Amino acid sequence: MLRWYVSRTLTLYLPLALFALITLLPFYWMLITSLKRDQELYSFDDPLWVKRPTLMSYARLLSTTPFVHWFKSSAIVALTSATIALLIGALAGFAIARLRFPGRYHLSQTVLLTYLVPQTLLFIPMYDIFYRLRWLDTYLSLIMSSLTFVVPFATWLLIGYFRSIPKEIEECAQIDGATKLQTLWRIVLPLSAPGLVSAGLFAFTQAWNMFIYPLVFISSPEKKTIPVGISALQMGDVFLWGQLMAAGVLASVPLVVFYTFFQRYMVEGLTAGAVKG
Amino acid sequence: MGGTPETLALEGARVGSATRRRDAVEGWIFVLPLVALLLGFVFYPFFGAIWLSLNQKVIGAPAHWVGIRNYVELLHDPVFLRVLRNTVTYVVGAVSLKLIFGMLMALVLNQQFRLRNLFRGVYLLPWVVPTAVSALAWTWMFNDVYGIINTLLIRAGLIDWGLSWLGDYRLAMVAIIAVDVWRGMPFFGVTLLAGLQTVPTELYEAARIDGASPWVQFWRVTLPQIRHVALITTILSAVWTFGEFQIIYILTRGGPGNATHVFSTYTYEVAFSSANLSKGVAVSLFVLPFLAGAIYLLVRHMERSELA
Repeated sequence: MLRWYVSRTLTLYLPLALFALITLLPFYWMLITSLKRDQELYSFDDPLWVKRPTLMSYARLLSTTPFVHWFKSSAIVALTSATIALLIGALAGFAIARLRFPGRYHLSQTVLLTYLVPQTLLFIPMYDIFYRLRWLDTYLSLIMSSLTFVVPFATWLLIGYFRSIPKEIEECAQIDGATKLQTLWRIVLPLSAPGLVSAGLFAFTQAWNMFIYPLVFISSPEKKTIPVGISALQMGDVFLWGQLMAAGVLASVPLVVFYTFFQRYMVEGLTAGAVKG
Repeated sequence: MGGTPETLALEGARVGSATRRRDAVEGWIFVLPLVALLLGFVFYPFFGAIWLSLNQKVIGAPAHWVGIRNYVELLHDPVFLRVLRNTVTYVVGAVSLKLIFGMLMALVLNQQFRLRNLFRGVYLLPWVVPTAVSALAWTWMFNDVYGIINTLLIRAGLIDWGLSWLGDYRLAMVAIIAVDVWRGMPFFGVTLLAGLQTVPTELYEAARIDGASPWVQFWRVTLPQIRHVALITTILSAVWTFGEFQIIYILTRGGPGNATHVFSTYTYEVAFSSANLSKGVAVSLFVLPFLAGAIYLLVRHMERSELA
């Protein structure tokens, strides 16, 4: 029995705790820093604890930086592109999974492969295109550029989902005279709610997190998205760590909330690319 | 509809071909938005990148043709050669560590215990939280005076004074790889866990009856069973790690003294700090042979895992 406990500790509890510690330390450090006063921030007696917590950093962040604007930009861009990704992805995913048309096999492979094209390869020619279209420094440029990676992913995930729905249900609907679009809207989509949730959440998360496109396409300070906005703060004064960490906490809140409620779907989205053939 | 089997079959065939034609038309209408998006904003810029790299173009001025001069210049540029080496170090180091730690994470999570979902959720946080945010938190952790890493190391008696994590050329590479591993191992952990859960338990029972130790079971049963998932995950991660920009941009900006400049950060610097778009694109296009190889492997293995 003792041996069992020893081996279980070594193979399970110890690594479990270590992984949790390594994972959580940066978040804990971020949270604790955001609650400290300057004296505590730059003292050495108790770095991992805060004696007199304060929301001063948050107040300063909101009053002296355009953080609220950044939050708004991120929200507009992430919500719009997640919605469009679901629309385009559902239409295309349904067609690829269910309709027989020439080229569908190659199209499904192309979808997967475009998801792999690095953003660092596309951002310069895209900059050139947006420059000519006069889209630079607009939300439109951010939405369009985020669609280039969220749409292929949403489509790929939904193809897999639609394939898992029994065909007979749709065939019944079509015998009853429903068009393809009606079948998709009334039968297939309601049955694929979990797939839509994971595709939507994933698209939202990825658009919310995007970095190089807003860094390059946006020049007005108040149109920046959160990640780019706070990385610009980093360049300024050295003594901004409290505010920077407060910004980090606020930027993570929407994702962590979604994630707490929809963890199962997020995991499904995460593994879809690698595990579903 | 009454009729002989023959007429029924004939009618079926006619309906079939009409349906097929309608399917083809509707199919293409349904995928039209996707195809338009990919053509306009992925393929067009992709080929635009190749065209641009064969020209001389600075921001705001028209391009003119120079052939492969940008590439030739890069290959004679000592900084670019440094970038090439850095990228290889970064990708190989980060991906192999992610694979090892991700595998450990998956093996831990694959055991039976209470609160398993909670732990899996916690482990995934680095993947969910914006990378810019966690990279900033790490920058602050690596701070040479007030950073928690130096403080903890000094208290543990491992070092006498604070290390300059982001200011020393070797430590800076260690730091960015560490952050990339921290952020990327949950992806390995979760996909490999999904792979582990498909391994039939009978295989382990049979191995145990044959007296195989857990170590032998891992090498002889587990690994061969999940090798496709592991390979696909590794390729995907390698492609993403090649394109990683945020972690390096936020932690070191490629410094100190170009020690952590990789393809992505150098592309940005050449294109926008030096305002040389075409040369910047040429830097990023050096990723193409690798990308092509990765895509080839990926397609082959996905087909195989579909057959299996």
